Amino acid sequence: MHPIIIIGSGLAGYSLAREFRKLDKDTPLRIITADDGRAYPKPMLSNALTSGKQPEQLATADAVQMSVQLNAVIDTHARVTAIDTAQHTLTVNGKDIHYARLVLALGADVIRLPMQGDAADAVMSINDLADYTRFRQIISGAKNVAIIGAGLIGCEFANDLRNAGMTVDVIAPSKAPLERLLPETAGRALQQGLTDLGVNWHLEKTVTHVNHGGRSCASCAPGTCTSMCGADNAYRLTLSDGSTLETDAVLSCVGLRSRTALAQAAGLQVHHGIVVNRLLAASAPDVYALGDCAEVDGLVLLYVMPLMNAARALAKTLAGQPTPVVYPAMPVVIKTPAHPVVVSPPPLGIAGEWRIETPEGGVRALFFDAQSKLRGFAVTGSMVGEKNALAKEIPALLQ
Amino acid sequence: MQKWQCIVCGFIYDESVGMPEDGIAAGTRWTDIPDNWACPDCGVEKADFEMIKIA
Repeated sequence: MHPIIIIGSGLAGYSLAREFRKLDKDTPLRIITADDGRAYPKPMLSNALTSGKQPEQLATADAVQMSVQLNAVIDTHARVTAIDTAQHTLTVNGKDIHYARLVLALGADVIRLPMQGDAADAVMSINDLADYTRFRQIISGAKNVAIIGAGLIGCEFANDLRNAGMTVDVIAPSKAPLERLLPETAGRALQQGLTDLGVNWHLEKTVTHVNHGGRSCASCAPGTCTSMCGADNAYRLTLSDGSTLETDAVLSCVGLRSRTALAQAAGLQVHHGIVVNRLLAASAPDVYALGDCAEVDGLVLLYVMPLMNAARALAKTLAGQPTPVVYPAMPVVIKTPAHPVVVSPPPLGIAGEWRIETPEGGVRALFFDAQSKLRGFAVTGSMVGEKNALAKEIPALLQ
Repeated sequence: MQKWQCIVCGFIYDESVGMPEDGIAAGTRWTDIPDNWACPDCGVEKADFEMIKIA
């Protein structure tokens, strides 16, 4: 009997496997991952410093432990290069293997903005535990970090790095943080909270150049230091208004894009993500997708809550009980303790207006549609306690 | 008093603090939290999911 194969050991792949094993203990299950297969709560990457965790302490289990827990074969450091949906086969490290059913839990790639300069390659981004481990090594001797992007991840890292005592500069083209999620008043409240913590903002600007800063140790020429002395680890950023900024490390947090190349090459229907229906089924028989790589009924939602709803529904479907995914209102919690934020963004393309109140210590922003129905909200600071009550009033995204 | 961590998102429930804003008083044991309670960060329900004991 051919196995169910899941490609990917991130939150999507492992959550699905856990949920599936609650319903079906025996069907052969194989998980193929390009990583080392450690399980870890990904949202903790952006608050590990505050919670006093070393990167390796974030892992809750390694691949061997997961293999036992899930009664699954786990292939680590294995890359799938092709899928033949007609033959029900995958090519993994050059070998073909058969699947009964296939789940794509591929995740997303970080978006990299083009930048000039002799140190443009030194710009880091964090998408998994391995990236984060490298990041922590690089900042271990650093005093300051520049963050490109003022979205959810950029703001969370700004708060976390500042809590760890670093000088933090955030550069972003928007007028206020979290521009795509929050009305400006709420974004400004978050900005103020982080300013009070000591974060420096460079908004309505972009980074055009990243160069070595010219600091060097006694034995090397500027910009060529290859020793581990660290003296040359400083970079100079040039911003779009011509100003410059010196920093020890540069972290890019400008968003994610669903991984679709493998699916596209296999002839599966792809749009912003891998196109799947409410059963998480892709355009070829016995192929499914969930998590950051999937576009579910037109929605690409790169958050944990939609992923968990999808994992539960797909587990039932794979266990023989076809179950369409339901998305209730799913507020997104932004982990910025300096000024916490919870937002349930209104559905894209819905006409309506934000009504904004600014009680002491926070913002309450409510989005009403043309029929005066509550369709979204954002609460910040002292108002975040209202999130549960508000979420109950919002209609489901996918009923 | 113990602490419990959601294995999906890392949310920590500290029994000594509780979640007063959700109507869970300080000192409430994890075992006494109702099964329909959901992790405030990722939505995983207690009945559906396990928290791990961290301290």
